[in-house]
Amino acid sequence: MKFVDEFRDAAAVKKILPRIHGVTTQPWNIMEICGGQTHAFLRYGIDKLLPEEITLLHGPGCPVCVTPLQQIDKALQLAAMENVIFCSFGDMVRVPGSREDLLSVKARGGDVRIVYSPIDALKIAMTHPDKDVVFFAIGFETTAPANAMVILQAEAKKQRNFTALCSQVVAPAAMETILASPTNKVDGFLAAGHVCSVMGYHEYIPLAEKYKIPIVVTGFEPLDLLCGVFACVKQLQEQRYGVENQYRRSVTRAGNIPAQETMKKVFHLVDWPWRGIGMIPRSGLVLRDEYAEYDAEKRFQLHDIEVQESKECIAGLILQGVKKPLDCSHFGTACTPDHPLGATMVSSEGACAGYFEYKR
Amino acid sequence: MNNKANFHLSCPIPISRYPRVTMAHGGGGRLSHQLIAEMFQPLFANEFSKAEHDGALLPTTSKNIAFTTDSHVIRPLFFPGGDIGSLAVYGTVNDLAMCGAKPLYLSLSLIIEEGLPMETLWRIAQSIKTAAETAGVRIVTGDTKVVNRATGDELFINTAGIGAIDHALAIQPSSIQSGDQIILNGDLGRHGIAVLAHREGLAFESEIESDCAPLNGIVQALLQARIPIHCLRDLTRGGLVSALVEIATTSGKRIELNEPAIPVREDIRGACEILGFDPLFVANEGRFIAFVPPDSAAAAIETMRAHPLGAGAVQIGQVTEGEARVLARNIFGGSRILDMFSGEQLPRIC
Repeated sequence: MKFVDEFRDAAAVKKILPRIHGVTTQPWNIMEICGGQTHAFLRYGIDKLLPEEITLLHGPGCPVCVTPLQQIDKALQLAAMENVIFCSFGDMVRVPGSREDLLSVKARGGDVRIVYSPIDALKIAMTHPDKDVVFFAIGFETTAPANAMVILQAEAKKQRNFTALCSQVVAPAAMETILASPTNKVDGFLAAGHVCSVMGYHEYIPLAEKYKIPIVVTGFEPLDLLCGVFACVKQLQEQRYGVENQYRRSVTRAGNIPAQETMKKVFHLVDWPWRGIGMIPRSGLVLRDEYAEYDAEKRFQLHDIEVQESKECIAGLILQGVKKPLDCSHFGTACTPDHPLGATMVSSEGACAGYFEYKR
Repeated sequence: MNNKANFHLSCPIPISRYPRVTMAHGGGGRLSHQLIAEMFQPLFANEFSKAEHDGALLPTTSKNIAFTTDSHVIRPLFFPGGDIGSLAVYGTVNDLAMCGAKPLYLSLSLIIEEGLPMETLWRIAQSIKTAAETAGVRIVTGDTKVVNRATGDELFINTAGIGAIDHALAIQPSSIQSGDQIILNGDLGRHGIAVLAHREGLAFESEIESDCAPLNGIVQALLQARIPIHCLRDLTRGGLVSALVEIATTSGKRIELNEPAIPVREDIRGACEILGFDPLFVANEGRFIAFVPPDSAAAAIETMRAHPLGAGAVQIGQVTEGEARVLARNIFGGSRILDMFSGEQLPRIC
């Protein structure tokens, strides 16, 4: 498969590994931002091939994990409503809210459907004019352009039975929160390649400068990850800091301008609560007032629920790189993918689910 | 493998009178009898089904028989490479074949949702007949029920099957020995992706067809070649990994896979990449693994490759000493432990 096989090439991997080992002389904590990167490290066993001085910390870039509990609870309320068809990406249906998950609502009679693209949800709205179709628009900058586009299409078609429940977040704001924290352990970042495919990497330059930290835009295949780690460690060893782009086959400095413009047209930045982490200034994307009629939170009467996060779950500390999944006393015992205490155990990109799945 | 030529024969229940199945077709009265007498009996008539009993009286010369049952629910009813009818036949045939049995007789039980087009039922009934002929089994008894609209999902089919065991091998997980080689009969993931793509309207460059097929022929070929098979397992729901984890757990043996050796077609790999699926967990309906002693591995592969359903047969791993689990080694020298999913694989967000 083109653009995949060459980045899973064993010979190339065997070439880069000794270079990483050669350059590393002291302990470094490197955080991969994206949950997809975490799982690729674990799936290919690459974490075990790295020098023991390098500790990988698993970042907050898992959209399912950081979606605030109150948004999931709102999703559950909407999905349980009589006349609503609730459309969600597959990842989201098993994530526990404060009392249950979307699959349980479906089992009680809620019309919950898994969609593969936001456009599928709009199509359902068009074929079910007598129903209210709500799309759970979640994700980072990777999903934001497509989710914005579906709002524009709904508006163009005047599809008034279509709304979106938004929980969109942006990556650099979370990175800054981690860096500014007194408990920060991160020495260098592997930035999420797919986020940067949309946004470019210019936003990271002031961040690297301010916190004197290397940031390497990194892809998702074994060779990408190793090249990302190499570039990051090399900067650290040479006491340099700056932004490097390992994922050049997809990422440019400016990013995908039309996608960014679509996002900007539909969404605006607000302070936003991240599950497990808390409020992060200017980190959430919500619909602009012009699109209020497509905002599920404005269309429907959603009552506030007293939100109770599981007290035992340390997902927030894991997402900030302060703890690792194995530091949790409930890992693999009280908390498993069958009975998750927090989202990091259930999402396919969550760090705890990855550790459980690959038996770290 | 489907004998599509049969499909032009028109439905024996006059469409003008009953274009859709009604509750009366399951009520035990005249319409029920008409449905059975005009649609099913002519299709499946054989010397065992003619007896005027509610059950079939069957002869057997084997010391041991295998008996299994399987219910089939699938949406959509028709998918590239098969339909619920062929699936219901091959599913049970394959379960018998995996016991090392020669499948002989099947029961056929239909739960039909009121409103199912009569023509759809007819097409599926013909597909069942063709599949049974292809697999060399006879449908000897059956039942139909009709349920109210919105209380079924168009059509559910249950088949139960009986097979004869005419050899002395104990084909079961507890027969597996350390050192056994694991042979797979071909590429993985086609059924799961074909059904998903068809149901969800995901278009790929070329249409992906299910691998749905009867495995009794290729298993018989292995038995005739006197391969001392230790265990057989078809790789249906949950794919290769679920089958192996189950076997590792019940046999108490450690299984090591050589991941690069596991064949997955390019289009299936691409679809899995897009959806965030692991092909090792995707369902198949015409794939199985055989555990054989190391000195029989070459002969097993050769025998499988000589059969049309085993042209892509390869050795994908072996049984080793150690903790009962499944391990996959990758080309980088790394490895991962494989375990079942909590539910089913869900497509990822980004």
